[in-house]
Amino acid sequence: MSPPLLGVEEEVQSSVSSPSVECISENGIGLKERNYLGLSDCSSVDSSGVSSNLNLKATELRLGLPGSQSPERETELCLLNLGKLDEKPLFPLLPSKDGICSSSQKNVVTGNKRGFSDTMDGFSEVKGYVYTEKSWMFHEAGSDSESPQSVGHGKYPGNSGVNVILSTRSPGVKASVKQDEPANVLQEQPRATNGTSLKQTVISNNNTGAPAAKAQVVGWPPIRPFRTKTLAASSKNNDEVDGKPGPGALFVKVSMDGAPYLRKVDLRTYSTYQELSSALEKMFSCFTLGQCGSNGTAGKETLSESRLKDLLHGSEYVVTYKDKDGDWMLVGDVPWEMFIETCKRLKIMKSSDAIGLGNYLVSRSLPKNVIKSIITFVIHHFIDKCVISFCFCFFMLIFCLTI
Amino acid sequence: MQKEMAYSFPDEVLKHVFSFIQSDKDRNAVSLVCKSWYEIERWCRRKVFIGNCYAVSPRMVIRRFPEVRSIELKGKPHFADFNLVPDGWGGYVLQWIAEMAGAYPWLGEIRLKRMVVTDESLELIAKSFKNFKVLVLFSCEGFSTDGLAAIAASCKNLRELDLRESEVDDLSGHWLAQFPETCTSLVSLNISCLGSDEVSFSALERLVDRCPNLRSLQLNRAVTLDKIANILRRAPQLVDFGTGNYAAELQPDVFSNLAGAFSSCKELKSLSGFWDVVPAYLPALYSICPRLTSLNLSYATIQSPDLIKLVSHCPRLQRLLVLDYVEDSGLEELASSCKDLQELRVFPSDPFGVEPNVSLTEQGLVAVSLGCPKLQSVLYFCRRMSNAALVTIAQNCPNLTRFRLCIIEPKTPDYLTLEPLDAGFGAIVEHCKDLRRLSLSGLLTDHVFEYIGTYGKKLEMLSVAFAGDSDLGLHHVLSGCESLRKLEIRDCPFGDKALLANAAKLETMRSLWMSSCAVSFGACKLLGQKMPKLNVEVIDETEPPDSRPESYPVDKLYIYRSVAGPRFDMPPFVWSMDEAVKILH
Repeated sequence: MSPPLLGVEEEVQSSVSSPSVECISENGIGLKERNYLGLSDCSSVDSSGVSSNLNLKATELRLGLPGSQSPERETELCLLNLGKLDEKPLFPLLPSKDGICSSSQKNVVTGNKRGFSDTMDGFSEVKGYVYTEKSWMFHEAGSDSESPQSVGHGKYPGNSGVNVILSTRSPGVKASVKQDEPANVLQEQPRATNGTSLKQTVISNNNTGAPAAKAQVVGWPPIRPFRTKTLAASSKNNDEVDGKPGPGALFVKVSMDGAPYLRKVDLRTYSTYQELSSALEKMFSCFTLGQCGSNGTAGKETLSESRLKDLLHGSEYVVTYKDKDGDWMLVGDVPWEMFIETCKRLKIMKSSDAIGLGNYLVSRSLPKNVIKSIITFVIHHFIDKCVISFCFCFFMLIFCLTI
Repeated sequence: MQKEMAYSFPDEVLKHVFSFIQSDKDRNAVSLVCKSWYEIERWCRRKVFIGNCYAVSPRMVIRRFPEVRSIELKGKPHFADFNLVPDGWGGYVLQWIAEMAGAYPWLGEIRLKRMVVTDESLELIAKSFKNFKVLVLFSCEGFSTDGLAAIAASCKNLRELDLRESEVDDLSGHWLAQFPETCTSLVSLNISCLGSDEVSFSALERLVDRCPNLRSLQLNRAVTLDKIANILRRAPQLVDFGTGNYAAELQPDVFSNLAGAFSSCKELKSLSGFWDVVPAYLPALYSICPRLTSLNLSYATIQSPDLIKLVSHCPRLQRLLVLDYVEDSGLEELASSCKDLQELRVFPSDPFGVEPNVSLTEQGLVAVSLGCPKLQSVLYFCRRMSNAALVTIAQNCPNLTRFRLCIIEPKTPDYLTLEPLDAGFGAIVEHCKDLRRLSLSGLLTDHVFEYIGTYGKKLEMLSVAFAGDSDLGLHHVLSGCESLRKLEIRDCPFGDKALLANAAKLETMRSLWMSSCAVSFGACKLLGQKMPKLNVEVIDETEPPDSRPESYPVDKLYIYRSVAGPRFDMPPFVWSMDEAVKILH
């Protein structure tokens, strides 16, 4: 991980953004250490790059109508002037009001009374390993000259409690205030390509524009899936069906043989079988990488990720789904649109278990199962004519009985 | 000498006195008085409520309270209801049941919310507790009808089986037949969450027949309208009834049968269910409407005129759940007919549609606030709101205890002035002094949090989405809301500063959820390190948070206080920021 960080250090010195927050540029605000503990010793705190005007006004709670505040208050609200909040009791000594058991309640109160700073001092020399990680070196390069000592050794300075190095969130936050577009902070912040956040960033982009094609935000509006499912089913019954699946998330459970728990996927986030397949691959590769948590259910398998890909693409595993009628079918036979309308549940099973699916319908009715297994049995195992004819008669007998 | 008299009460007397104290808060206070009271109280505590199953370990609970008869546990964070918590996160009840099986042989009541309950757990319950009476699985998952069959078969004195909103795996409809013929003790049965094939109706009928104390029955969607009359005639003592499907072709004999069956239920006060409603059958309810206090039509896709007609027959209504088909006109009618209304929930019929499909606006809620002075609890989904309307609502209903407003499009401003809705929500917290629960939506700046911090002194639960400008907003809430227990935030630009500055506050709360905010991984680690009584858990399904720079924001963050230390059942996508766990890794 070091090479990218080294490259980043220069960038940090020029603009304050973290490598990922490229679009937000700040002028004059360097990375600085912040003292969050309300300690009066501010000497090690202020770095040269920071405006030291601790705005008293900013910390007054004023409750006028919105818009009556002086604009400067807003722009100075962020990290710089929360330093001013040091003077106020940041750690209110509130006794716990919740119904927690008495012993811990006592401890909470006592702990509060001691003050957070005391606790921190106790840790001052000990748990410094957190700060020896590479990423802290990155901050060191970005912060000003008087603080490298404290950072470089990765320990807390002994005398004044903890100097917490502020992450580069702050410029982002300040930028958000200035731009008056808080959504953009979320948008431009580094995000893994997580389906959830992608959707959210899209929706935050949409906040001013006309939402022509509305992006789905996960979990918004906050309605229980039970209710959306029920409503979807009711509307299908009542209204005319225009052939297009309605909006809203379509979560189906996905289980895999040997996995300790189920996952859920939203079928509407995919438009082809390929996308679904790669998403499932990603989702279930963690089970086979030996990282399963110990909730006491399934054991771990230790396959490599590439092996899983071979497994999923190769012949060992197939993806099946349960349709509206309760039958298990192989995924991939029907057009995608039809698939997402009928799919109720997904299951990744071993190919050996999946013989008989796909072209055959595996339904719950017993006679069909019996017939099918007899046919399979006969064809694969017996070549002797006598046995075939015997089995055929047996089959006809059963068939007649079940009619 | 007089002081000593207080200590000379025999334990039995104190125990008897304590038995009148039911509330957990009072019990906790009692146990703090002195050591002997602590000891006496812990031996006679019968009910334990654990709001976060990871805040304490089963062994600790058992050690302190050896004689518990009733336990209530909650698992996943509230946002799990909206698919924000990935599957496999946790909340497994098995370990609790296993430990209690040994320690509490007389355990009679288990109430679970948002927990993962397996068939194995249910079987263990059935096997271990001879006096088992009450099982409530609210919004749980992980079990199938096999587990239910085990409960039905073994629990001879089962009084309550309530599966509301749970996800049950449908394997067979015959589990109901497992209730032995000798079981006559059922008082409450809620199977409304079950799917189509999961109930054998004849078994249900027989069960209802032989349980004369049945007061509450909620059927599932598979039960058709024609069967309702049969059930009702077998149980005219019902107080709370949930229909199944309420749709059928209109036939006069079916109608009159149904109407007669309803009118024979003289105690019926609460109705729910109503999937797929045919409005023509609604008049069958008219005979009981004058007594109705609670009506849940939130799955009924009936239009405003039919709703108005029904509601106008229910003058004693205290609780109404309805879809937004009710429209402003329906709510105005409600306001004029139902003066006792205390709780109103209006759900969206088309939450993902871009354009409004019904004429439901803020006016409906304003009308209800005007007409129903006893209004205490509101959940309202709409598409537009104004500060003026919110101020009016606040002034009309100072007794509000729960106010949850969801404007469907995130960051929608006041539609009249295009300003943020800070003043409106500010008025709510200012006027409603007993407000305990608040959910925000619409365009909101840091000012609204200033108001909340200043006035929301009794606020216990706050839900925030797509709001705020900076850390100051979060700071206002954390430093101002003295009673805050649960805070859940999504998609807000809150970062490290306010969180770290108010770290101690987190120990006074049950939990904090932040997702898609701006809290960096470094801050999470710091918090986890410095606050040993907090469990700081980072959830990231794509890659480990330490594979990225420390300044990178975490995807989801769940912080809760715990005396049990970090948990051991975390799935691969949950990372604990606790020191001890890190050393182990």
